[in-house]
Amino acid sequence: MLRLEQRPEPSRAMQIATPIIAVIATMIAGGVMFALLGSNPFTAIRIIFWDPIFNDVVASYTRPQLLIKAAPLILMAIGLSFGFRANVWNIGAEGQFIMGAVVGGGTALALYPYESFIVFPIIIVMGAVGGFLWAMIPALLKIKFNANEILVSLMLVYVAANFLSAMVTGPMKSPVGMGFPESRNFNEYQSAFNSELLSNTGLHFGVLAMMAAVVVGYIALTRHLFGFQIRVAGQSARASRFAGVNPNLTIALCLGISGALAGLAGLFEVTGPASKLSTNFPLGYGFTAIIVAFLGRLNPIGILFAGLLMSLTYIGGELAQFQLQIPAAAIQAFQGMLLFFLLGVDILINFRVRLKTKGVA
Amino acid sequence: MNLIKTLLAGAALATGLAGAATAQDKLKVGFIYVGPTGDFGWSYEHDQGRKAVVEAFGDKVETSYQESVPEGADAERVMTQMALSGHKLIFTTSFGYMDPTLNVAKKFPDVKFEHATGFKRADNVSTYSARFYEGRTVIGHIAGNMTKTNTIGYIASFPIPEVIRGINASYLAAKAVNPDVKMKIVWVYTWFDPGKEADAANALIGQGADIIMQHTDSPAAMTIAEEKGIYAFGQASDMKQFGPNARLSSIIDNWSPYYIARTKAVLDGTWTSTDTWDGIAPGMVGIGEFSDKVPADVQASANAIIEKLKSGEMHSFTGPINKQDGSAWLADGETADDGTLAGMNFYVEGIDGDVPN
Repeated sequence: MLRLEQRPEPSRAMQIATPIIAVIATMIAGGVMFALLGSNPFTAIRIIFWDPIFNDVVASYTRPQLLIKAAPLILMAIGLSFGFRANVWNIGAEGQFIMGAVVGGGTALALYPYESFIVFPIIIVMGAVGGFLWAMIPALLKIKFNANEILVSLMLVYVAANFLSAMVTGPMKSPVGMGFPESRNFNEYQSAFNSELLSNTGLHFGVLAMMAAVVVGYIALTRHLFGFQIRVAGQSARASRFAGVNPNLTIALCLGISGALAGLAGLFEVTGPASKLSTNFPLGYGFTAIIVAFLGRLNPIGILFAGLLMSLTYIGGELAQFQLQIPAAAIQAFQGMLLFFLLGVDILINFRVRLKTKGVA
Repeated sequence: MNLIKTLLAGAALATGLAGAATAQDKLKVGFIYVGPTGDFGWSYEHDQGRKAVVEAFGDKVETSYQESVPEGADAERVMTQMALSGHKLIFTTSFGYMDPTLNVAKKFPDVKFEHATGFKRADNVSTYSARFYEGRTVIGHIAGNMTKTNTIGYIASFPIPEVIRGINASYLAAKAVNPDVKMKIVWVYTWFDPGKEADAANALIGQGADIIMQHTDSPAAMTIAEEKGIYAFGQASDMKQFGPNARLSSIIDNWSPYYIARTKAVLDGTWTSTDTWDGIAPGMVGIGEFSDKVPADVQASANAIIEKLKSGEMHSFTGPINKQDGSAWLADGETADDGTLAGMNFYVEGIDGDVPN
């Protein structure tokens, strides 16, 4: 029998090795699943992990798409990681993402057709404000009444989704949309359109914001007092008070930062890749970002890689679907396996596996 | 650094060779579905059309599909990937793919696109749809005859002309045989969501509906109707297996002839951008076999309607018809023109409630 034995201290080697072990384990388990479905497992794995980056037919298109798909996930995950380190659990980034898109996008629709360089900065600020204010609801309820921020922020996702529906079937509905519940297309409004900055690079303002968030997040977490404070707050609330940390301020800051970043992600997504507000515009990025935050071990650099890996499985998964006719559900199962193994093998960091010798009482 | 370069070069070579090996002379035809092929409704029938293409042309074509593609940024990416990987004909089978299709078509002028139910075309983008409203006229006639509570429930997806037209056609046909009939409408704002569709069916039954019609893609409402012992109609596909007792008839989408014709046009080099809107007569809209729950005289009158629609003797929208607000729309004997039908955004007189706006 196997037995787990606690390590005296976390293994550094394992911290680096576990993601690689997890990816290999996923490839094996996923390969078995693809083989059972009648596809060549080696081709499938190559298409998912290799083709989006290196295939000479599609990669020139899919490489930038990896950035585009990863940008909102990483931006939101970095915001969430601050709170998660401080034991402030914002589960409602999806709602803040939607509100950022609605408030920022709605501002743009209100300004239409006024063309000016000032429009885009205004809607960026409004997007961040939308997400920030939506996150302030759980923050204030937590500070004032000690309401559980997990429940409040999660429930507010559904409120936000219904608010979005009401907006796109009502005031924000496109006058040229034939009754479909969606807003005007932002690519018809140059001043508000989050276009690609350099053609075929995938770089749009959201990607730039994501990169800035990685750098600023890393500095704040490792080199700044704020990073120290939230780490202390997460490890021991009592100790953090002795260190002069105001717990209410920590709650407000953590929710506020994650809300504002989620709002920004929503704004950049709706004015760029999605190009319009509609009921099916939110695709659950806010929930996926929670996974990305943990995959990246709540570290901005780790989150950057985790987001890109997540994005790779989406885009590679799409390629595998139509090239090998693998069902969409099998691709989702494959992504699930990746998460399962990544989180599962984490145990090797703190424990080592030993063979149990029989007969020892 | 050199090692990495060598590795990358080797990898590029290997994948390049793999790419060359799959590039054949076959015509690659791609299909993009909004739901899973196993929805037993809309996407299922498009996939049946794809299979018919394979059967008709054998190894002259190679088809691929992607299911459950959300209408938005993801759709555009999937279409681009298909076009890049050598597909020369791509069917995009949901209304919400309209703008993505046009955007991608602009970037790939040598790829032909076929967009279902849309209204925007380009040199390399055709549109096609079926006159489902003719089918609605037939099932509306049956429903009007068979409802005991005089209440028909209607699960509607999005308030676009396509859906509003179906509601109006069903109501007019039901009212023609049953002046007291009422239509209860629930908007679910989705094409495929079995949970929401089932909730809508239960809500309609709660409001007294004893027959349910739907403009959504799953058989969820059919299974609820079977459980509750009321009636329903198969939508897009026959759905008999989901409601052996509940199902009265069905509107069946038959895309196979169109998909075969368009594929042939590309193979022959005769493809041009067109707008197709076919009904019962050419077979794009099929009416499923009547259940034995439908009385013989109703079956006979329904069959008569089908024949008249086929021959053109009858039109689903024939005056006198007023709009909901009482204003005149069609004079006695006048039939609706396609332009008005394509942009229909109003209920006809007698339907309660407002088109969501």
